[in-house]
Formats: sequence, structure tokens, C-alpha cells
Amino acid sequence: MGFECPVPIQDYDTVTMAHGGGGKVTQRLIEQVLLPTLDNPALRELNDGAVVPWNHDMLAFSTDSYVIHPPFFPGGDIGLLAVHGTVNDLAMCGARPRYLSLAFILEEGFLLKDLWSVLVSIREACLSLDLPVVTGDTKVVERGKGDGIFVNTAGIGERLKGIDVSPRRITPGDVVLLNGPIAEHGIAIMSLREGLRFESDLKSDTAALWPLVERMLDRAGTGIHAMRDATRGGVASVLNELAGAAETGIVLDETAVPVKESVKGGCEILGLDPLYVANEGRFVAVVAPEVADDVLAAMRDHPLGREACVVGKVVANHPRIVRLRSGFGGSRVLDMISGEQLPRIC
Amino acid sequence: MKYVDEYRDPEAAHKLVAGIRASATAPRQIMEVCGGQTHTLIRYGIDELLAGAVELIHGPGCPVCVTPLEKIDRALAVANKPGVIFASYGDMLRVPGSDGDLLQAKARGADVRIVYSPTDALDLAERHPDREVVFFAVGFETTAPANAMSVWLAAKKKVTNFSILTSHVRVPPAIRVIMDDPEAQVKGFIAPGHVCSVMGYREYEELAREYRVPFVVAGFEPLDLLQGLLMLVELIENDQIETRNQYGRAVRPEGNLQAQKVMNDVFEVCDMNWRGIGSIPDSGLRLREDYHAFDAERRFDVGKVTAAEPSICIAGEVLQGKKKPHECEAFGTRCTPEHPLGAPMVSTEGACSAYHAFRRYEDSNDGV
Repeated sequence: MGFECPVPIQDYDTVTMAHGGGGKVTQRLIEQVLLPTLDNPALRELNDGAVVPWNHDMLAFSTDSYVIHPPFFPGGDIGLLAVHGTVNDLAMCGARPRYLSLAFILEEGFLLKDLWSVLVSIREACLSLDLPVVTGDTKVVERGKGDGIFVNTAGIGERLKGIDVSPRRITPGDVVLLNGPIAEHGIAIMSLREGLRFESDLKSDTAALWPLVERMLDRAGTGIHAMRDATRGGVASVLNELAGAAETGIVLDETAVPVKESVKGGCEILGLDPLYVANEGRFVAVVAPEVADDVLAAMRDHPLGREACVVGKVVANHPRIVRLRSGFGGSRVLDMISGEQLPRIC
Repeated sequence: MKYVDEYRDPEAAHKLVAGIRASATAPRQIMEVCGGQTHTLIRYGIDELLAGAVELIHGPGCPVCVTPLEKIDRALAVANKPGVIFASYGDMLRVPGSDGDLLQAKARGADVRIVYSPTDALDLAERHPDREVVFFAVGFETTAPANAMSVWLAAKKKVTNFSILTSHVRVPPAIRVIMDDPEAQVKGFIAPGHVCSVMGYREYEELAREYRVPFVVAGFEPLDLLQGLLMLVELIENDQIETRNQYGRAVRPEGNLQAQKVMNDVFEVCDMNWRGIGSIPDSGLRLREDYHAFDAERRFDVGKVTAAEPSICIAGEVLQGKKKPHECEAFGTRCTPEHPLGAPMVSTEGACSAYHAFRRYEDSNDGV
């Protein structure tokens, strides 16, 4: 039996940036090519991390690669991001991060002092989470064959007993919570990139979310149905993923989503919608209505959830579709983005 | 956000909607010419709020959408040349040519870069003297002065490795095409605010007199458009053939004379092919002879590249307001933002893309 690639080749004969943009093209690559080829029950969940049985316990396992350019940015660097990203993927499964692996792909010519800075960031982030790096790898590629530094981390987490966090558990009536103002990471990075320089005081929101998530789980246990961090593709894409996996509808209240003034300004200038801009320390939690107030209070007690708020609810109507209620009283579909958000002409 | 939120105030919006509903004695067909205005109207659901009082017809004012296929093919041909850095506004990258788009060209190795301003492209040329930097100069009169300025600066600084691929269009000749159509339904126009901030609105006063329809120059925020629509409905109801300016904070009657000067120094009017519509006399801008050295089509000898549109796409009828996007048989099936057959599906300002993104053809009950 031979495998045939299910994505029509005439559409894309090469990988484009849209394949990694977190929108529909990425989703199609995952659902039509990667998943059917490697299919198994844990992978089929398409969650940020997998939760698998292990010696009568449940183990969470996740991996992520970091290719951010530039590697140093206001509020962090690629090392910090590599720890936070994998920790957050585990946290979104309701798992306490226990062990981390770390792999570097370095380009010939990358400054050793920069590597040292990245490593120090990793060390500090891991120390604060009591998370040891227990294995690692280093590869070097020739100049021109990398972008300075790429980092991969994988993490093993211990899923808390009695907790089940999965989009499967989302039901109509659930409340959608968000832990703070959105789009700061993406706009901070874009403000640095070549050709897009504008002055801003913005910092990446990168943060390890486990300490906050642990408090929420302590407070509400199984009342927390699903969580997802709103990384690439932003809050809009994450809500679409959740609505799709749960086969429910979600209604988002546009006026309830906090966006800082400087982020709004950046988005206006660049012609971007903050709902599609990447975050590294923001996540949505879908919780049972009876625990929503308690969870919200627990979030607001923690520095990473100080500005947490209710942003929407789960409905039975329009399954798999996210609708946005605007301040004007109308509502419209908030679709998943197709490729990357492209800056507009005028 | 200061100076933005004021123009998005829901309470003020509802008052204006009520005013328009009270004024309109019958559904009035109004065309907003500019794609940016189409985007706002649909994003905020203004067309739905006004249903029964105003029928909005979406005009041909999306620069991305009307860029002819052969220009995209020429852009691809230039971008694929060795040594070229091809710089463009972001939303041109996904416009389909006959064989792929600029994003795919980039994936196959072409050096395609997104810039926010043509002068950024000129900076690239100065920083890479060993490379040829080509800027894709598209747009209406809004972007023409900045594009002209980059060429003027390049000439002044003697930057020889910079050129532009020009695809500039002018609004007034397109309005003529729409109104010359014997089936024209339009009873009034929302004139494009940003084009008028450059050009002023004398040209629209002429059009109003000639075609006996009122014009209101309006901005791009929801309240701008609602106020503009209220002014226009009142003019229509009172049979007043006039041109009024809602966008006083940006538009003067004579426009921006300095911007016009650099534009006229560098560009001259020419006939232009519009995607989906065809050739319109005097509707384009091209580099004047003095600046031919900066013309990428000449420099790279791609002026002969021609192309034909996919026959199924009804972009032309959509761009002239004759059909709504979802009336196309390919809409949402063979033609989607991921695989656009025609340009109005590409840019967020394109009517097809706006309809698709906000699913205007679906039941809008959100179940709350």
C-alpha cells in the first residue's frame, strides 16, 4: 500500500509561511496530512499537549519549537519563550510541568554571548517553576542555513488527579474567560521587525501560566472544562479550534475583550485585528457557569490574571462557528484566519 | 483609543441610523466607492442596520482587487529574476496571478518583502547597492503621491538600483463607467475620503452635475459613514444635486496641493486595464518620460506579459455593483480566501472577502 498526499499538490507544491501561520492552512495541513498519516487516539484530540495513560496515572506530554525573530525582544527572549510555551501547553491540559528537554539548532556565527544570555533565561525560568532540564541536544548548521538560533523543548507533566481538561467537555451554557489584555506579544515583536519600526513601550506578555492555572484548578476542579493558550493565530483562532473540537458555537463579546491602548494604536496603524495577533501569556478558559465567578476571583488574585474577565459564552446554535457581538448590537462570524494576517495597503 | 473611539460610539451610531430611517421614504441605492469603506460597513453590520432604508452597492475602490492580472504576472516575473528584492504592501502578496501568487514565489526562493511605505523600499535599495529593488506601486490617488515621492527621491539621490512596477488607478473615470451603464441604479455616491484628502472634491462636483447624482465625501469610521449616509439620503430625498463634505477633518475642497504636485511631476494620466472590468480611458497613472529609468516594466522587459481571467469569476460585475458576492456560483466553494479565483476575494477590502469573512449570507442569530 502506498501513501498518497491528501492535500492537492496543485494548490501548494511548496511550504508557504501560511502553513505555519496557525490559521486554516495550518489546520488543513494538520487535519488532512499529519493526523491521518500518524493517527492514534491521543493525537486525535488535537490538544496543545497529549494526555496519555501511564502506570495508572495520566501523563501529559508536549513539544514545541521556537523560531522567533528577533531572538531578543522587549519582555523576553527565545529561551524564556521556549520554557513558557511548553509549560503552558502542559498547563492547558491541567498538568503540572515536571521535566523538560531542551534542544538547540545553532547557526554558525551566532554569538556565544547571545547563547549564554538565552541559556541564563532558560535557567531562571526553570528555577522559578522548579522544572529541571533533564536532557538536551545541540546541533550546529552552516552559516545561511539557520536563523541564528532555533530552540525546541518538550515537557512531561503530571496531570492533577481528578482533573479532566479537554475541549470534549465544553457544553452550551459554559462561560469563556480570558486572563488579560491581548495581542501584546505580537505587536511588540512586529514593532521591532525590519521595515515596521515604530516607537512603542510594549513588552511581550510571555509568562509561565502554570502557577495561575494551578490556583484555578484548586478552586474549581472539574468545573474547568477546557483551556487553551492563545498563541499564533490569537484569541480568534483558539476559539475557533475549541468550537470546532467541541462541536458547539461560541459567542464572543467584542467590547469585553481587553486591549491596551498602545496595542490598539499599533493594530490601527498596521491594519491588524488584535483578535488574530499572537500572545504568549494569555489563555482562554471555558468553565461551567456555576463556577465562573469563583474561577474569575481566583484568577484576579494572581498577578497573571489581574485583568481576567468574562469574554463570551458557549451556545448550542451555530455549532463550530464563533460569532462576535459588536458594540453596535450586530453580530458577525469571527472566522479562523486563512493564512497570515497581511498588512493592508491603506 | 483617543480620536478613534469617538467615531465608533454605539449610541451616536443608533441615533444616526434612526435619522437615516426617518429620512428615507424608500430604499435608496447608494454606492460607497472605496473598499476601506466597504470593509467598515460590513464589519460593523451597518448595511444590516440600514436594511430597507439604504441599499448599499459596493463599488470598485479596492486597489488590490482591480489590479489587472497581467500586472500580477509581471510582478511575479520581476520578483523571480535573480538579484531582485521585490517590495510590496502586504495584501498584494496573496493576489493570484496566472501561476501562483507572490507568497508562493517567496516560498520558491524569490526575495519578496513586505514594506509599509515606498520610501522603506528606497531605503532597502540604498542598503543593498548590489541588488535591484523593485516596489509594487499600486493604489488609487491615495498612495500615488507617496509612490511618486519615492521615485522623485531616488532620482534626486541618484539611486540607480531602485524602480517601481506601477499599477495606479483613478476613481473618477470608474464612476463614469458605472454611471454610463444604462442599467445604473445608483442614486448617490459616498466619495472616497482618503482619495479626496489628496485630490480634493472638485472632480466629484463635476461628476454630480454631469450625472445628476449627489456625492458626499466621507471618512472610514462607522460614524463617519453613518453621518455621510444621512447627509446623502437627505440630499436624495430633497432632490438636491450637490457635493458635500462629511470628512472635513481630513479633506479640503482643493485637496493636498503639494501631494498633487509631486504626483503630477512624476506621473501622467494613461488608459488603464481594471481587473474584471476592462480598459477604462484615462483611468490610470504611469511614469512620465523623465522617470522612465525607474520603470520596472522597462528595466526588466516584462511589459509584454499578458494574461486572461478565469471565466467563472464575476469580479467585474461585483466591482461595478451589479451583483453581490454570494450571487457568484464559485463563492465560498471554488473561490475562498485561501484559493481566490478573483481579486475581490483576496484583500480584506474586497467585497467578496468581506462577505466571506463575516459570512453575511448566513443566519445571523447568535443564539444568546
